[in-house]
Amino acid sequence: MSETATAPHRALGLTDAEYELIVDKLGREPNAVELSMFSLMWSEHCAYKHSKKLLGQLPTEGPYLLMGPGENAGAVDVGDGLAIAFKVESHNHPSAVEPFQGAATGVGGILRDVFAVGARPIAVLDSLRFGELDSARSRYLLEHAVGGIGHYGNSIGVPTIGGELYFEGPYEQNCLVNAMALGIAEADRLTRSAATGPGNALILFGALTGRDGIGGASVLASAELGEGDADKRPTVQIGDPFAEKKLMECSLELLDRELLVSLQDLGAAGLTSSSSEMASKGGLGLDIHVDRVPLREPGMEPFEIMVSESQERMLCVVEPARVDEVLAVCAKWETTATVIGEVTDSGRLRVLSGGDVVGDMPVEALVDDCPLYDLAPEKPSAPIYPTPARTLPPDTGARAILPALLGSWNVADRRPVFEQYDCLVQSRTVRRPDDADAAVLLLPAPADGGARPAIAVSIDGSGRRVACDPYRGTVEAVLECAANLACVGAEPLGLTNCLNFGNPEKPHIAWQLSESVRGMADACRALDVPVVGGNVSLYNEGPEGPIYPTPVVGMVGRLPDAARAGRLGFAVEGDAIAFAGPFAPALPGSELAKLRGEPLPDGLPEIDVASVRKAQEAVRDAVRRGELRSAHDVAEGGLAVALAECCLGGDHGARVDFRGAGSEGERLLETLFGEGAGGFVLSGPRPALAALAREIQLTFVGEVTGSDLVLTLDDEATLSWPLAELREARSRGLADAIG
Amino acid sequence: MSQRIRVLVRPKAGILDPQGQAVERALPALGFDGVANVHVGRLVELDVEDPSRVGEMCEKLLANPLIEDYEIVEA
Amino acid sequence: MRFGVLRFPGTCDEVDAQLACERVGEATILWHGDTDLQGVDAIVVPGGFSYGDYLRVGAIARFAPIMESVIRFAREGGPVLGICNGFQVLCEAGLLPGALLPNKTLRFVCRQVDLVVEHADTVFTNACAEGERLSIPAKHTTGCWYAPRELYEQVEANGQVLLRYAPGENFNGSLGDVAGVRNEAGNVFGLMPHPEHAVDPLTGSVDGLKLFQSIANHVGAHV
Repeated sequence: MSETATAPHRALGLTDAEYELIVDKLGREPNAVELSMFSLMWSEHCAYKHSKKLLGQLPTEGPYLLMGPGENAGAVDVGDGLAIAFKVESHNHPSAVEPFQGAATGVGGILRDVFAVGARPIAVLDSLRFGELDSARSRYLLEHAVGGIGHYGNSIGVPTIGGELYFEGPYEQNCLVNAMALGIAEADRLTRSAATGPGNALILFGALTGRDGIGGASVLASAELGEGDADKRPTVQIGDPFAEKKLMECSLELLDRELLVSLQDLGAAGLTSSSSEMASKGGLGLDIHVDRVPLREPGMEPFEIMVSESQERMLCVVEPARVDEVLAVCAKWETTATVIGEVTDSGRLRVLSGGDVVGDMPVEALVDDCPLYDLAPEKPSAPIYPTPARTLPPDTGARAILPALLGSWNVADRRPVFEQYDCLVQSRTVRRPDDADAAVLLLPAPADGGARPAIAVSIDGSGRRVACDPYRGTVEAVLECAANLACVGAEPLGLTNCLNFGNPEKPHIAWQLSESVRGMADACRALDVPVVGGNVSLYNEGPEGPIYPTPVVGMVGRLPDAARAGRLGFAVEGDAIAFAGPFAPALPGSELAKLRGEPLPDGLPEIDVASVRKAQEAVRDAVRRGELRSAHDVAEGGLAVALAECCLGGDHGARVDFRGAGSEGERLLETLFGEGAGGFVLSGPRPALAALAREIQLTFVGEVTGSDLVLTLDDEATLSWPLAELREARSRGLADAIG
Repeated sequence: MSQRIRVLVRPKAGILDPQGQAVERALPALGFDGVANVHVGRLVELDVEDPSRVGEMCEKLLANPLIEDYEIVEA
Repeated sequence: MRFGVLRFPGTCDEVDAQLACERVGEATILWHGDTDLQGVDAIVVPGGFSYGDYLRVGAIARFAPIMESVIRFAREGGPVLGICNGFQVLCEAGLLPGALLPNKTLRFVCRQVDLVVEHADTVFTNACAEGERLSIPAKHTTGCWYAPRELYEQVEANGQVLLRYAPGENFNGSLGDVAGVRNEAGNVFGLMPHPEHAVDPLTGSVDGLKLFQSIANHVGAHV
């Protein structure tokens, strides 16, 4: 033992003050097992030390809310006695180390959260952010993360139906992989995780327990491990979708047959967090016999067993009389199952090995007593992020800008990515990626034989624009998600979020986080959409600096008639085209500004949230009435890019009037490519659009026609692109980079 | 008394082997020239009490004789 | 008319196949560990990742107890449809000629493809017209159909290729653009694309329904 050895608690990430608090709660010094468990439960990831107070601002009530934050997943009522459970989670750090397995196990983890509440998983979406694609590392991360998501989702038979993908310099060293999952359940059969009934059995089922993810806790090993033992402590968790498929079917059958009192999945911090949270929610205690846990590696120590993050495992509480039945169902699904403990009324979590108590802690101390910290936010006085590198020559005009934007990595066709995902399994997919602004999935046909309803889901985040303005950028992200739902005809029911930020102990990051959460809370309240749950990922930064502050929002909505789900492509020659909504395009912070190498602006323009909401609802209702042929939210690249996407999506050209914006110069560029919230490109029969014009801001701008996109400018000038040229630019953007 | 046997399974000559091709393409990009004829297969290792039956195991399960060749090696 | 749809550990598209079958008849899920085919009139071996695709796609599923019964059923002339992983299982079981290799791009691809019906006077395509184009999605990593030269020439000469990828649609590299092939006797058919995902107007094309209808027609005519 070296003379300068760090105190174990510090090596495990606990401060001296936190350690003293633990000693106080236990009434003595913690032993190795207890210290490792506290270090995990009191880590940022498990305890939300720096974010919990902020998250209290978010609205968590709503008319459709069935299960809010605090359970494995949140859930909303979708009618006909059904619920949709959903949640988003990050797996950023593991993905930066091993992108295939990091992304795969991220999907595995979020799926378990969903079936742990008794919902059959029906869809996955992913939000990915990497550095620019001219870096070999970013191309490597992209290829393998997409491969991992596809491998896991496809193998387990859950369709990946949507997602988003962005490339920005600040994510080069700290990529973001956020995975969202949805499941369907009968509303009155959602399962909670509280352990109840002293004397009930605790059963661990699923994969064997190995040394996965033990990492930092290895300082506690009592046996000195030699050099060749590094491979005994893998930091990379390996996911096995086949094991999870069996685990999922097994869990759903156990719940269907009402054999379980409660169910919890094992994720970060393994047995430690799952067992303590189950006990805490039930206000009870648990005795865990680690010598009964089936192991993959011989000779694991008690602390290793409690801390292992081996994948594909679940914990359940079962009445003694039903234990045999539970074990039989697990055997049928070729899933190992073992009674490893029991529920007690002691209020303590006890770890036993061979009859000896090797750990004994009050549950409350582990779960509830972690100190929460106030942030010390301070707006930065100077820009924190480097100006993006210029990729467009300075005098590039509008004619060349459109194909350049369509081919840019943040805008280009994502087909090379989403074709690696099965979007069809389970026969629910009404709108596939690229068909519309949101994915749409069938709900079961209602008993009364009426129209078949559907749910819609979109995942949207923002990084660069939140860096420009954490409050307004976040409001924009929430509004964009709701706009995507509106374009398919869906009313938002609930939202899940993942907050990806740098080190919150730094005042400028604390400021980003505080402002972003404030923006999210205000936007959710303005839209009447509750937060059903979510995740926080902090400390995403390195020597080069922090990531852009990146809130990611996943929203679920419902539409009453699947046959009327909206599409984004222009479809009928002669249809009128209109721009709708309180859209006020601006170039600062836009994709064009980025390509031109302009610095990030300090602040974004104000948003008239009430008007945006009104526009969303009007568009949604028009889609529901079947009056619109297409609806598309205006996002990256502004109106011109949105028009191009509508043309390419439906394989129809358009003639659009942009008179009044000049025939060249900055004002024209701002009109064509400026960004902001609240803009829609709509098409359909003229009378239908005219009716909509009586409710919201709407301007007729042209018609669907031919096989070119033609913009009429002032002074008889026009800009024109054959669709083939735009299609080529858009489809080569990513394909060239990832092959 | 068990014996440790190793079975190497490889794609039959002439069969399309995209994995082998992908590896062959990737090596020069990493600075390894002069590499050709790369094929990617599978390794199965087993302790067997009766090594004479391994051939049958290969024919029945471990390899698909239509598209794969196998080689039995004593480990 | 009743279909039996197999379910192995790791099978994913069995419920989808069952839903498709139920549009033209009745359908029961058959568990891999059982041997009773419950008197069904036709068998569907569905898509997915049976046994995690371990060792070789379909290699372990072919030995399941239910497969012994399916092989007997096939030898007696019963109609058997293998979809994607099901096609792989039937090739491993020796009920269909050839084998499936990894896609030439080595990646999983999920894409709507056009297929051309080569022969319409069969158990599986009698509801189609010869030369008809069917729009059906394909989604797989290991779908490149291959047979050694002699076997391939025999398969073509016998007219065993029932579905081919339309020009430009063969993304996996299959020999002869073969998308679906039958056995010599004509009662067993396997294809990589997923007809069960092309039966509902709400989710896309309904061209896949014709294959299930064909089987129902055949069974109905041979009662």
